[in-house]
Amino acid sequence: MSAAPQKAKPGAEQLAVRVSAVVPLNDLVTRFEFQRTDGQPFPTFSGGAHTVVTMQDDGRTRLNPYSLMSDPADTSTYAISVRRDDQGRGGSLFMHTRVKQGDEMTITYPVNLFSLDLRARKHLFFAGGIGITPFMSMIHQLEQSNGNWELHYSVRTEALGTYVDELKYKFPTKVHVYYDDQSQSIPLETLLDGQPLGTNAYVCGPKGMIDWVHATASAAGWPDAQVHSEEFLAPAPGKPFEVRLCKSDKTIQVGENESLLEAIERAGVEAPFLCRGGACGQCETDVVSYDGEFIHRDHWLEPEQQAGEKIMPCVSRFVGKSLELDR
Amino acid sequence: MSKFQFPESIKSRPVYGTLEPRPGKAHLMIADAEGAEAILDLAAQDASLMAHAHIIYIPKGTDFGDKLRALNPAQYYEGPSYDASVQRLRHVLANAHQGLQVYLTGTEGLMGQAQNEAMQAGIPHTSIQTEHRGSVARRMQCVHCKGITEDVMTDPFVCSHCGLNLFVRDHYSRRLAAYQGVCIDAEDPGNVPEPKELYT
Ligand code: FES
Repeated sequence: MSAAPQKAKPGAEQLAVRVSAVVPLNDLVTRFEFQRTDGQPFPTFSGGAHTVVTMQDDGRTRLNPYSLMSDPADTSTYAISVRRDDQGRGGSLFMHTRVKQGDEMTITYPVNLFSLDLRARKHLFFAGGIGITPFMSMIHQLEQSNGNWELHYSVRTEALGTYVDELKYKFPTKVHVYYDDQSQSIPLETLLDGQPLGTNAYVCGPKGMIDWVHATASAAGWPDAQVHSEEFLAPAPGKPFEVRLCKSDKTIQVGENESLLEAIERAGVEAPFLCRGGACGQCETDVVSYDGEFIHRDHWLEPEQQAGEKIMPCVSRFVGKSLELDR
Repeated sequence: MSKFQFPESIKSRPVYGTLEPRPGKAHLMIADAEGAEAILDLAAQDASLMAHAHIIYIPKGTDFGDKLRALNPAQYYEGPSYDASVQRLRHVLANAHQGLQVYLTGTEGLMGQAQNEAMQAGIPHTSIQTEHRGSVARRMQCVHCKGITEDVMTDPFVCSHCGLNLFVRDHYSRRLAAYQGVCIDAEDPGNVPEPKELYT
């Protein structure tokens, strides 16, 4: 990945929505359903797409990406499923504690960074925990075209198996669930062995699981182009730092619990983004000068670009004396 | 010496590499003529590939067959021509699984056609290895009558189907596994330059 971002706009187009349902699924996960306030149909999307939800949290604007997990062909409703993260920066807690049925919110048009390769002879899905969400919409999409797919889903416990019952009921032969607390794990090597030529694998879950699937598949001779993954990084907290934005002629402070991108936006400077999770490349920003160390966390830049040339402000930080950006 | 460095050209022209052993569950090696030498080099780098290797070889009048057989591949097949071997190739691909590595070596025509079969079977072209060896002859498609002329060694040449005088272009079609030949004397029939051997 390296090509410069195509357009430099802050986010995809916005849609005004009303929360039509809030459905708690288990102790950690709640589904939120949206309908458009103007009564128009939603755009259809492709399985694996996400939307960025804007949250107005007491004067603070939070923008979090969530996979759309509803049926892509259903233009009346969009749905996301949010896992509460008590240690996180507060976006998921806001959704869980503050968002009620009837609330008005804005979300972006769908953007897909994790789409199906429809040339595949077969689709092999690996999900870990809340990583199930993009597969929900992919499965809807494939079921409409009688697609060949199989899901291997690892969850912590039966009580935390989000959508396990629904999936097993609808697709008893295609869905395989593994419970951590019963010492079950995905038999990855066996599953990758003997798949028909042209099978594509997809993984969404914790970073360790993604790395494991990529490494095991490539050791078994799978083409890299046929192993797909998606991981949204949440921006990590870190020491506050100061940044000079030279185009806008502003000096800003990045707080401990906000990302560089959020601090730029808070200062009223328009900055491009799509995923806010280090995956899409849209927020790529040139470094003008620096004296210190970068903490790069993106999946986008090449190592040489990370050596003082560019930074992805949605997830990456800086520690040191001074940092000047071309923004 | 069976290696040739092709001059740099337009983006459409395929670029070939050097075969290297890669991890895989099975290894399909397809070669014609001097391509056998690339397979011998590959086996010299990692002899253990052979236990799971299937070699499809078209000698085209060369006599590397015994040396290839001596590598002890799991399966060995020698065919009189590519066309005669393609049924076997399709059968192998239809029954293959993810983790198959494909190695193609020899003439451009062989590599192009076999790559096409492998792609249709679901392997991305970026993960199919190729190494050119032997003749630099080209497989050409006449853009006028669509007929294919194999083993073209001169530019211009005469289409073996419609008889037009064709100019050899570097414009390549991955789908047809052929370069495009375009009428060279359409404006001024009969004004045909003296044919020159390719790359001279
Ligand atoms: S917004 Fe997508 S990488 Fe930063």
